[in-house]
Amino acid sequence: MPLYLTNPAPGQIGGCQNNPSVVPSGKPGEDGMSSIRKCAVFVCAALWTSTVLGQQTPVGGPPQNQAATKLGPIVGSPIPVSADKLPVAKLKVPAGFKVEVYASGVANARSLAVSDKGTVFVGSRLVGAVHAIRIKDGKTEVKPLVSGLQRPNGVAFHKGTLYIAEISRISRIDNVEDKLGTAPKPTVINEQFPKDEQHGWKFIGIGPDEKLYVPVGAPGNVLVPDYKTHAHIRRMNLDGSGMEIIAEGQRNSVGFDWNPVTKEMYFTDNGRDWVSEDGPEDELNRVRANGKKHFGFPYCHQGNFRDPEFGWGMNCADYEPPVALLGGHGASLGMRFYTGSMFPAEYKDAAFIVRHGSWNRTNKIGGDILLAKFNPDGTVKSLEPFLTGFLQDNTYVGRPVDVAQLADGSLLLSDDFNGAVYRISYAK
Amino acid sequence: MRNSFRAGALVALALVAAPALSASLNERLAPCLACHGEKGTSVMPEVPSLGGQPAPYMLVQLFAFREKQRLADPMNDLAQELTNDDLMVISEALAKLPPPVVSGKGADAAKIEKGRVAAQKHRCGFCHNPDMSGHDQIGRIAGQREDYLLKALREYKSGKRAGFDPAMLEVVRDMSDEDFVNVAHLLAHWN
Ligand code: HEC
Ligand code: HEC
Repeated sequence: MPLYLTNPAPGQIGGCQNNPSVVPSGKPGEDGMSSIRKCAVFVCAALWTSTVLGQQTPVGGPPQNQAATKLGPIVGSPIPVSADKLPVAKLKVPAGFKVEVYASGVANARSLAVSDKGTVFVGSRLVGAVHAIRIKDGKTEVKPLVSGLQRPNGVAFHKGTLYIAEISRISRIDNVEDKLGTAPKPTVINEQFPKDEQHGWKFIGIGPDEKLYVPVGAPGNVLVPDYKTHAHIRRMNLDGSGMEIIAEGQRNSVGFDWNPVTKEMYFTDNGRDWVSEDGPEDELNRVRANGKKHFGFPYCHQGNFRDPEFGWGMNCADYEPPVALLGGHGASLGMRFYTGSMFPAEYKDAAFIVRHGSWNRTNKIGGDILLAKFNPDGTVKSLEPFLTGFLQDNTYVGRPVDVAQLADGSLLLSDDFNGAVYRISYAK
Repeated sequence: MRNSFRAGALVALALVAAPALSASLNERLAPCLACHGEKGTSVMPEVPSLGGQPAPYMLVQLFAFREKQRLADPMNDLAQELTNDDLMVISEALAKLPPPVVSGKGADAAKIEKGRVAAQKHRCGFCHNPDMSGHDQIGRIAGQREDYLLKALREYKSGKRAGFDPAMLEVVRDMSDEDFVNVAHLLAHWN
């Protein structure tokens, strides 16, 4: 099975959904993908189906055995870990790369946004604050920029302005770098969003069309959403006007970016819970101009697996399929294409995809960064682990969330479990 | 009852908020335990027992009280002056209290059985451990006060309590108030 990764962490069970895989860009089976790959994808789907049918509990219920305990979501402490206790020494990267602590004391560090001048803005899910990191006279300075917000997970920077996404509103701070340390009050530009906590925290980004893109998650694990209010991606002008839905049938996307070659938007999407240990898998999706605008949730997961509850009579071919599968329950969050020149040429225009790590499986996966390389037509050529080590003996020593590129081409990585930001650089 | 909280809270506030360097940890915890029960078992209506709670769970709840992410008298006032270090030290210390003592008094076998079915269906044991002892940021619910459990479940349902993580919002979505009553009865009489 050449397109599966080697196990990124020890102690994982065998089986197909452990690892991400590349899937065809068109309908499954119609694009000439190798029979091995095809087999791999469908064997896995078949495995789950049999798991589900073999259960005594209602479909979608967890197995009734000891192994299935300790499945609960673990969020880490709201209090950041001190620099000397960060797990940098455990992180593994390819030869020539180096990981170091960029900033500690960034409570619950989530999404990242970098300004032209190098200020790094960091959102949070649990502590209500957006932090600003600056390097001043060779010293790292970490300060809260604003606090008391409702799960300000999403941040985006564009032409001097910082955009912040809370659960149900988007706001902006103009000329934000002149206002560091003054506790500026963000100006709300749009609050036409549902107030649900579940999948309510948002990632945001500004597209090549200079519009602000905002996903709205499904308000629960699996349900038929009202697509007018939930389970879709919207875009709007930078003043909050002209909001429209551009894609629907996504469950919970917490990361996206635009392919620098094709200019198409790619987004990660987290698969549903409680079907099986292995899946369904998280997806890497692509919004094509001529593609289908519905990505399948809750009817069809990962392009070929019909939901045990809602999938009856539905046809996966009616939905836009993923371009890659990212592993079951791995919580794929931030993703960015690499456009810098510090890393070797093969990294150019490839995407780094961060897996926060699973909770709804007993043998955890994730806690890593994957590297996806693309064909000129935007389909995925390969998928491999890039950084591993946050998962040690089935226990998290950190939970990575988002990546962002600095002007020098090095890569920042946030860790909400430890409240830290790392820097990954390369030297021959 | 509200009033008794307030009176207690005033005393506690005075003691907790004045962390004279000499004040030993036990002295600082005494007012807390006056409400929560000195041996981990609370005897005050709607005041939760803290015995057997995992330290990380208490840390995130105290943090949420301080940041007013979880609104509850009298804890928001009490947590106001606590520093991050206080939160860590206090939650570690409280975690050493023995699990609450469960009394078999008033146990209703039919209710307990219904509670067991609901707990199974809604997977309580998968997150809270099969023995409901909790782990990490997921609280212990075995042996907790029945009135407090009921209050907590209703507050997740009404949206008053969002939770540090929204997992409970998903759990209570498909549960009825009768389910809450039965599950609270089961957990309060857990053995
Ligand atoms: C006047 C009575 C009172 C005092 C004093 C008091 N508490 Fe509380 N505490 C409560 C009540 C009531 C709740 C439950 C609030 C609710 O209903 O959500 C609570 C909740 C808590 C919780 C969350 C428990 C859970 O299961 O979620 C913790 C932890 C806690 N208190 C710690 C402390 C500490 C530490 C102190 C001392 C600094 C303290 N309490 C002092 C009444 C008190
Ligand atoms: C998917 C994981 C998950 C499942 C399933 C789950 N819980 Fe929870 N539970 C949590 C988490 C996480 C918290 C802490 C949330 C917070 O910060 O308020 C919690 C908190 C609670 C609390 C509050 C405890 C306190 O001391 O205040 C109660 C009560 C509770 N759960 C009862 C239940 C019951 C009853 C069930 C089954 C019907 C259940 N839970 C199923 C994850 C879960």
